Amino acid sequence: MLAYIVRRTLYAIPILVGINLFTFALFFLVNTPDDMARMQLGVKRVTPEAIQKWKADRGYDKPLLYNAGQDGVRSVSETIFFEKSLKLFAFDFGRAEDNRDIANEIRTRMGPSLALAVPVFLVGLAVNITFALGMAFFRATYLDFWGVILCVAMMSISSLFYIIGGQYLISKLWHLAPISGYEGGLDALKFLVMPVIIGIISSFGGSARFYRTVFLEEMGKDYVRTARAKGLAESVVMFRHVLKNGLIPVLTGVVVVIPTLFLGSLISESFFGIPGLGSYTIDAIQAQDFAVVRSMVFIGSALYIVGLLLTDISYTMVDPRVRFG
Amino acid sequence: MRALLLTLVFVAGCAEVWNDPYPAADRGRNVLYSAFTERPKHLDPVQSYTEDEARFTQQVYEPPLQYHYLRRPYELVPLTALEVPRAVEVEGGRYTVYTIRIRRGIRYQPHPAFVAQNHGLERARIARLDSPYSLPLGTRELTADDYIYEIKRLASPRLHSPILGLMSEYIVGLRELAARLRKLDTRKQDWLDLREHRLEGVEKVDDYSYRVKLKGRYPQFVYWLAMPFFAPVPWEAERFFEQPGMAEKNFTLDWWPVGTGAYMLTENNPNAKMELARNPNFRGEPYPADGAPGDAAEGLLADAGRTMPFVERVLFSREKESIPYWNKFLQGYYDSSAIPSDTFDQAVRVSIGGEVGLTPEMEAKGIRLRTSADTTILYLGVNWLDATVGGDAERSRKLRQAIAIAVDWEEFISIFLNGRGQVAHDPLAPGIFGQRSGREGINPLTHLWQGGRAQRRPVEQARALLAEAGYPDGRDAKTGAPLVLYLDTVGRGPGDKPRFDWWRRQFAKISVQLEIRDTDWNRFQEKIRKGSQQLYILGWNADYPDPENFLFLLHGAQARVKSQGENTSNYVNAEFDALFERMKNMANSEERQRIIDRMVDIARRDAPWIGGFHPVAYGLSHAWVSNGKPNNMARNNLKYVRIDARGRAALRREWNQAVLWPVLLILALLVAGSIPAYVSYRRRERMAAKPA
Repeated sequence: MLAYIVRRTLYAIPILVGINLFTFALFFLVNTPDDMARMQLGVKRVTPEAIQKWKADRGYDKPLLYNAGQDGVRSVSETIFFEKSLKLFAFDFGRAEDNRDIANEIRTRMGPSLALAVPVFLVGLAVNITFALGMAFFRATYLDFWGVILCVAMMSISSLFYIIGGQYLISKLWHLAPISGYEGGLDALKFLVMPVIIGIISSFGGSARFYRTVFLEEMGKDYVRTARAKGLAESVVMFRHVLKNGLIPVLTGVVVVIPTLFLGSLISESFFGIPGLGSYTIDAIQAQDFAVVRSMVFIGSALYIVGLLLTDISYTMVDPRVRFG
Repeated sequence: MRALLLTLVFVAGCAEVWNDPYPAADRGRNVLYSAFTERPKHLDPVQSYTEDEARFTQQVYEPPLQYHYLRRPYELVPLTALEVPRAVEVEGGRYTVYTIRIRRGIRYQPHPAFVAQNHGLERARIARLDSPYSLPLGTRELTADDYIYEIKRLASPRLHSPILGLMSEYIVGLRELAARLRKLDTRKQDWLDLREHRLEGVEKVDDYSYRVKLKGRYPQFVYWLAMPFFAPVPWEAERFFEQPGMAEKNFTLDWWPVGTGAYMLTENNPNAKMELARNPNFRGEPYPADGAPGDAAEGLLADAGRTMPFVERVLFSREKESIPYWNKFLQGYYDSSAIPSDTFDQAVRVSIGGEVGLTPEMEAKGIRLRTSADTTILYLGVNWLDATVGGDAERSRKLRQAIAIAVDWEEFISIFLNGRGQVAHDPLAPGIFGQRSGREGINPLTHLWQGGRAQRRPVEQARALLAEAGYPDGRDAKTGAPLVLYLDTVGRGPGDKPRFDWWRRQFAKISVQLEIRDTDWNRFQEKIRKGSQQLYILGWNADYPDPENFLFLLHGAQARVKSQGENTSNYVNAEFDALFERMKNMANSEERQRIIDRMVDIARRDAPWIGGFHPVAYGLSHAWVSNGKPNNMARNNLKYVRIDARGRAALRREWNQAVLWPVLLILALLVAGSIPAYVSYRRRERMAAKPA
């Protein structure tokens, strides 16, 4: 297993370099270093000298990918891409364009992101699986029929609607929770109740319907028929056999998400005023802060690779037939 | 179920309100609650230049002068200075000298930078700090050296002051100091001690006065003395924050201001909240005893002579979206708010006669509305370098004049701004010296004075001008080709379509085709820089209340393409430029007014800006807030504001009682919905055989 992990980790390096290059190309396709300088310096009374000085201070006065003025290795190393990207692999994220330390920001913002994402993920998973199992249990009955209708209806509605509607009902009309904001420690609970409920509801329809399909497919297999033929109660068939074996495809979608929970939610964090990494990324994109965008994309892709690796490992745990190649 | 019901009833009885976003301990406290949308980029007075930042920096930093809070037109008054300094010309007007005398006994806020032992902190200790204020705190008296130090900081190679270029034109030796420091600063030193470097044009007279020597005349310099660029910065603060390990914790002067103002920034989390606390060392300042006509009737002089500030703490929460911001204001959790365009009808009603008032819902809550015309202009500009619409030829001038009549700004303001704007008849903003009002103030080329008000000229006159320009019925008289013009604008998404359609309709009135080139801000700026735009929309927000600050936008020497200045239209007119050179150095007088009148006439005739508007700000505040008055020039307004915290707490309780029946109903529905499932489950479990 260790050899497999090491091999996969080594595979990740060219993938990360590629992602970094792609992000770099996309960003500088629409933003030049001059644009970035203007964004940071404002629009009033900005002189060409000030722009040049800003770029020089931050190393944006060099060529993007290839330095024709240098020879040999320096023609590649004396570029914005090389200088800005290499440090990422040592997890040295540097400073944002507003001069704040990115690593410090990530450490500070990770907590609020996890405080929202983990309950939504865990409680949501439990609710969705339970509901899906229920629908599978009552398959081809009116309960299943209306359950599917409910799922399709809920997955058809934009998550933005749930957020705005939820804020309107829960906070504005019923005054049950603060409409937005965040505090650390236990005080966070009152700010998280509503976003968590809305987060669970907004992901409910699609997930529950998918899990139902998985469980129904599993219920049609021979071993389930055998279990029933043995005279096992339906609840035992469902929870001991169908649920266990149905978890393999569920794991594909679930385990890969776990590491990315750190990254937070882009929309929810903005609407609920939660100072997490999702809103950090949105802010950086709006402010054309390449240092932050680059760091967040790097972390996101690295975590996604970790998620895929965890998924593979988890397969071997839940299905003895799967072995590391 | 019963237990759950009892719990809900118990909790409802115990808690006052459930949706209060603030700690229970703060209820009834003398705290002002506000919000910010954009996180500030810089809080260092030498770099900060936006309104988002000024609302923090101007509470902390005290430049020598400030604007009178109530008087209009805007008037400079001393803040830390003893008087508004006068310009003294020397060497036959070759130089101008300002001597600024500051008050004695002003002390800085408590800060660790003023404790010597805090200047040699170990990196490990810094890493453990949650806030710079965890360290022992000290203070000292404000001196003239601190003002001089800040002026030198304009030239620091480690900082990016947006006004370095401008001030280098005037302050003697500033450009040379910047060049010297650039060569010297190899970044090997931890701290660049500017005290060791002389700035020729800034001289210390004694501990409480200093002298600034300018090249030539620059009467607008006194306005800059009311901005944080010229606020004092103690050298100790720079040195303290330059210690290794500070930047990694985001402890920098750019994020932790150190000043003598009424408030000090005690919590700095631009991701969530910023908190200002009353500066215990603040000397106290009397509330103004006089103001503009009508201020007394509005209760704005009720606190005359009382010592400010009135509020103990100011809490700014980050609100990125307008819906939560607005709803929290209605719930009483913010003391004041602007009106988001989506909720304008919910807050304001406009009578048939055009009078603006609050809706009954707002009035029932005791909310107050204040409006004020911003010292801002948004305009439809013409690129003077463009062959079709630009230039001095009579043909293009008449084309511009025709468009100026056709574009109905009154309609634009009504449709897209809910009436929150004033049509611009000249390049000056309301309240600025030189701008005339009423009949004298209208642009006679686009408007007529009828029935005691300005009426836009009929579109037939625009068509006639177009024909005179050589485009009868919107076609080139020689070639017969339709006239197609291009408007460059920065789009914000699909919601722009109605506005774009409106623009096309305005030009279609005179049979001119308008193509809209929607682009992003970067590309738009690039086009302006290169002069490749034809028509464009842009704006300007005044730095200070002087006509020079608007008319320079049309000064030939400021042309964007030629000199990268602020004249984005690249407009050049020799007479206008000569008049500008005379006007800019004059004190306000009848002669200056005459020159401005002539300049405005030229600008109207040439029409490098084809009309525009001045936004009118609508601000709402709750009944418990006193002394709120919009001030477009200054943001140091928090010290004037007073609140009735008890009244606020009572109303918040009344407005935010938890409504529990929906929760009970949802629980009941869930239980009711699960009963058939349970019954069905039991039935299946008891079945002898499974269904086929």
